[in-house]
Amino acid sequence: MAYLLKGVSILGASPSDLYIADGVVSEKPVEGAEVIDATGLVALPGLVDVHTHLREPGREDAETVETGSRAAALGGYTAVCAMANTSPVADTAGVVEQVWRLGREAGLVDVQPIGAVTVGLAGKQMAELGAMATSAANVRIFSDDGFCVADPKLMRRALEYVKAFDGVIAQHAEEPRLTEGAQMHEGEVSTRLGLTGWPAVAEEAIIARDVLLAEHVGSRLHVCHVSTAGSVEVLRQAKARGVRVTAEVTPHHLLLTDELAAGYDPVFKVNPPLRTRSDVEALRQALLDGVIDVVATDHAPHAVQDKECEWAHARPGMLGLETALPIVLSVFGPQWDLIADRMSIAPARIAGLDGHGGDLTRAGTPANLTLVDPAAQRTVDPAELASRSRNTPYAGMTLPGRIVATFLRGEATVLDGKAVK
Amino acid sequence: MIKHLRSAADLDAATATLILDTAAEMAALSGREVKKLPALRGRTVVNLFYEDSTRTRISFEAAAKRLSADVINFSAKGSSVSKGESLKDTALTLQAMGADAVVIRHSASGAPHRLSNWVDGSVVNAGDGTHEHPTQALLDAYTMRSRLGRLDGLKVAVVGDVLHSRVARSNVLLLSTLGAEVTLVGPPTLIPVDIVAALSKTARVSYDLDSVLPDSDVVMMLRVQTERMQDSYFPSAREYSRRYGLDVTRMRKLPEHAIVMHPGPMNRGMEIAPEVADSPRSTIVEQVANGVSVRMAVLYLLLGGK
Ligand SMILES: [Zn+2]
Repeated sequence: MAYLLKGVSILGASPSDLYIADGVVSEKPVEGAEVIDATGLVALPGLVDVHTHLREPGREDAETVETGSRAAALGGYTAVCAMANTSPVADTAGVVEQVWRLGREAGLVDVQPIGAVTVGLAGKQMAELGAMATSAANVRIFSDDGFCVADPKLMRRALEYVKAFDGVIAQHAEEPRLTEGAQMHEGEVSTRLGLTGWPAVAEEAIIARDVLLAEHVGSRLHVCHVSTAGSVEVLRQAKARGVRVTAEVTPHHLLLTDELAAGYDPVFKVNPPLRTRSDVEALRQALLDGVIDVVATDHAPHAVQDKECEWAHARPGMLGLETALPIVLSVFGPQWDLIADRMSIAPARIAGLDGHGGDLTRAGTPANLTLVDPAAQRTVDPAELASRSRNTPYAGMTLPGRIVATFLRGEATVLDGKAVK
Repeated sequence: MIKHLRSAADLDAATATLILDTAAEMAALSGREVKKLPALRGRTVVNLFYEDSTRTRISFEAAAKRLSADVINFSAKGSSVSKGESLKDTALTLQAMGADAVVIRHSASGAPHRLSNWVDGSVVNAGDGTHEHPTQALLDAYTMRSRLGRLDGLKVAVVGDVLHSRVARSNVLLLSTLGAEVTLVGPPTLIPVDIVAALSKTARVSYDLDSVLPDSDVVMMLRVQTERMQDSYFPSAREYSRRYGLDVTRMRKLPEHAIVMHPGPMNRGMEIAPEVADSPRSTIVEQVANGVSVRMAVLYLLLGGK
């Protein structure tokens, strides 16, 4: 299928026509191309999420690779990295290949599996990282996300080991001894609500340790879901010294604060927890400055019964794929170059996903892109989401930007705001 | 009148005072021969207890029965609750039974807030996790007022494990609303640094019990669980009780009129010496009796009894 996107604004530039043929951006229009009136629409390189929980295998009642892929495409994504905390855990070549194959079958986004760092995410024994790297899934990011690789020796070894295949360890930074029983950000609100606090220092201490380890062994480190102002300062200093560290922030940590816990509705329970207004401000500035490299969703679907319960019994996590771009637009406005870099180009580079985050003005670039109507607004209705779960913290919020179409290697996955399959 | 009592923060000064005044009337009536009032006849009060607390449950049960309400005790043990039924499903069952009020005790902070989303009746928090225990604060305020004649300007020291205490949270909120000056005392590990910002701008914090006692009208000792030692909140029971326990020597530092309170159950010899608990300054037995009157007032007012 060939397309002609008429009058599209690439990254906010003045309108032009964009031709897609044979899976790539084409120099000239192709005979019989389907014409899409893209007047007023902005073209972005397809978004790339380095942190997605697709729940399959194991919790198909919450999400599957297919439903998560559909949610991703509708959110403007063309690639997502699937976290390893499935059941069974993605700690072998067999499981990562299974997830990778399911992604190919769904065919809505590129599903790039992340491998576990340790067997069963137990933090004791290194998983067969090399086998996952050389599997069909071609794993490059390894993470025990959900858990921190807390053992400093094991973390050091993992950082070193993956150098052999240009891998990267993505750390869920949480010192477990400082967060036993933790329910929300430790501060004024947790004190008032009588919920056990998750202190900022539990994140900052691990990031500080890990950037020193990465520096010591000359390895790449990626820090998942940075949530505190203190973490930003640790990263700023490490980057200034030339440590090879990258970091992500979630849309919810860019927008929401711990005050939302006041009604004890676990839809606002997430790990790391929502922090304070000053943390939110610091994270926004860090993303602008490039101290934080990417926006990652930490899309975490949960079944109804895991959220419709007492706060302490609820699972942490929020949906993110279908609302990420609107949230970022609402926070930063139409800074298209910034959005393209932090949500597509930089994450594609971190994940080693070559066909993504390309230059749409250049012929031959793989046609992975999304079209956004920045003038449109949408009120988030959980019932309308493509995800199998409903745990969005944004229900009822009106957000700017509507994803009109998404293309994966030249094939439409979303048209007129609807998934094509 | 408010619909639910989930937090002491639900009460403004006028409402809190109304509850205390009503409790005084209830106490006067209870003193008479006829202990039952018809006020809540035909209304159903459910005691939903996920934690064992015989004393609190009995207090609420007595309060509801003295108002002629139908009382259903729904305890977690041996019921569908212990078989893994969710709070929401239990709530829907209670809703179907036509509960006018649900008194809930739960180990999870905020469970009463969640419950109030799922039932039409009033929800009364009888203690939720490490959050609050508002009727305990009301009965404490009632006890202080009846012993000392006022609450406004009263100097109250709350001593012990403030971090984990639902009683402390509710007391700080309610006493501040009613004009008392609260000082929280304990080891720094057990006093959250932001407690003043979180609960009351007028509260104060001290780590030195001996310096606080001479200027206190009320000293309220909180239960300190010895297992906190294992979590390094303090080194030993002996050191805790030396630094923060109320013994006879310390009690002598209090002004003549000052009273000693404890929400119970006590660890005699840990936070409070037996001689102190049994002294004339102690209001511990009185607190239990006042509990019934205060809970009668709460149920009566929340359910709009006539
Ligand atoms: Zn994580």
